[in-house]
Amino acid sequence: MSKEFLDAVPDGAAGTSAEGSWPVRQVRRENALMNKEFLAFIAVAALLAAVPFTFNSSTTFIAMCLAKGLAVLGILILLRAGQVSFGHAMYFAIGAYAAAFLSSAFRGIDMMVLVAAAILASGVAGAIVGVFVTRYRGIFFGMINLAFSMVFYSILEKAFHITGGSDGMRIRRPTLLGMELRRAEFDVAIYYVILVFALLSVWLVWRYLRSPMGEALRAVKTNETRLEYVGLSAKSVLLGGYIASAVLCGLGGVFMGMVQGLATPEHAFWTRSSELVFIAVLGGPAHVAGAFGGTVLFEAVRTYAAALLDDSWQLILGVTLILIILWAPGGMVELFRRFTGRNRVKTTTSGEASR
Amino acid sequence: MTLNFAVLALLDGIAYASLLFLVAVGLTLIFGVLGILNIAHGSLYAIGAYVAATLGQWLVASGYNPWLTFPALFAGATIVGIVLGGLLERLLLQRIYEKDEILQLLVTFAVFMILENLQRMIWGVQPYFMSTPLNLLGNVSFLGINYTAYQVLFLPAAAIVVLFALRHFLRHTAMGAQILAVTEDREAATSIGINATRVYFMTFVIGACFAALGGALATPTTSLVTGMGANMIVLSFAVAATAGLGQIEGAAISALMIGIARAFAVYLSPELEVIMPYLIMVLVLLIKPNGLFGKVTARKI
Repeated sequence: MSKEFLDAVPDGAAGTSAEGSWPVRQVRRENALMNKEFLAFIAVAALLAAVPFTFNSSTTFIAMCLAKGLAVLGILILLRAGQVSFGHAMYFAIGAYAAAFLSSAFRGIDMMVLVAAAILASGVAGAIVGVFVTRYRGIFFGMINLAFSMVFYSILEKAFHITGGSDGMRIRRPTLLGMELRRAEFDVAIYYVILVFALLSVWLVWRYLRSPMGEALRAVKTNETRLEYVGLSAKSVLLGGYIASAVLCGLGGVFMGMVQGLATPEHAFWTRSSELVFIAVLGGPAHVAGAFGGTVLFEAVRTYAAALLDDSWQLILGVTLILIILWAPGGMVELFRRFTGRNRVKTTTSGEASR
Repeated sequence: MTLNFAVLALLDGIAYASLLFLVAVGLTLIFGVLGILNIAHGSLYAIGAYVAATLGQWLVASGYNPWLTFPALFAGATIVGIVLGGLLERLLLQRIYEKDEILQLLVTFAVFMILENLQRMIWGVQPYFMSTPLNLLGNVSFLGINYTAYQVLFLPAAAIVVLFALRHFLRHTAMGAQILAVTEDREAATSIGINATRVYFMTFVIGACFAALGGALATPTTSLVTGMGANMIVLSFAVAATAGLGQIEGAAISALMIGIARAFAVYLSPELEVIMPYLIMVLVLLIKPNGLFGKVTARKI
């Protein structure tokens, strides 16, 4: 019990303990780990940056994976607080539609403006919905999010004179920092923009989850009442996480929309939300890498097995989800750690995430 | 809006509320006892509908007396509830009672995905239709409005019978008393010799039967399409949450509220039809976070 409680205390508090005591050792180990992780991060970033030169044909595929990975990263933040949302595809759609509306209203609008609009729109929507849903936990949190997204989906579908109905809206190819781009140039340019945003988001989320606010978010899961005894409002801690997750989903949506040149109500459908949750659980909630690793695996299996498995796709997802929850609750991240023998260091995080 | 429309909307609403209640009461019963929100409940509803329709179509096609489609509705629902519900509880849910609420939710969600897919594989995406019971009962006239007897008489009667039977079962039978005891305090109930595992199993099967019955009775009134399960789970959750999860009589009242409000929305402003149930739920939850009849629970430290 006390160990759990210590977990909820911000890292900075560890400095007051005597040299060599448990929290200090923990911090040292984490520092060593951070360096290793930082190197891995740089290596992956370099590999991804080389994709348009080495595997040009998969540029668009990886761009879409990264866009979706951003949204999964948002789900991961909520999982950290022990909450699951079955409606976050709504923010994904909000991001895409924000871009669609702007690009049809202003010709030759810049990509950065669309991205900013998507961040703003999803952030505001997340704040408004969040004020309401963060009053709830667990079942209610998940289901009320689902209800919101289903309402949003039917509005998108029904109001066809505004949203184009089930056909959706086109997103015109935007300029990039004032430059007009041709099709092939655009594909490469947007790949790098998405990559930069994805790396930036990974770094920010990683920092966020290790910040006092991030630790407090974890305490929403372990014990909310104790969190309030420390003097923090569980509701506003969760609201912060909720808005961050909404913005990440919005970012994923605007990028996916720009890559495909289209925003459709399908983006907000519950199956999309469930996919995001599925990928987050598949990847493993204990580490930011899980979000993107999970997405690449998921999309790769879907893309290459689509012809074979199209009729039974949801079936396979469902069975896999049950298998993961019952036998590998930490997802790919935990499997990777088990494989490389690194789980010893972070048992608290991954173990906690599994329960 | 004339009186005629108001009566029509009211009848529509009552018919719809009856179905809604059947599904929501199963959901809320399972939640009240097991503490699990079964997302696959929507699939049980859909599969109950498909099985009843298939059974009915087969009876009619083989030249049996068309009145046999009525028992077929109930038979189909019972088969689905016992076989599918029983298997689910035994094979899967029993493994997750000790787990975190979120993981339970994810598991039932996974089951929902699997069942939606199986349903599509077995019955395809073509709409199914089996209106024999509806046609057999004919129309009745009500305040000058002609309406199908199946919807204004049979469905509400079925819902009321279920409501009172369930009340009687829980309050006046040994099994019902055991269920209530386990709901109150599982450990204490186990220590006085109640078989909690069996109580869980029975409750889940009964709840599953209600979902399937809702689907089966809905069969004659609508065409069966893919996605009906997804809509129903969210809708029945809205009903159960508005009442307060675990409230059986409350579910009847909020089903009526939501059913009638939705029916009026259909006539007044069709765009609001889909939003109406959630609007009511959100409004109620804003004012009473535990639902209209829900109890406030103490926070555990």
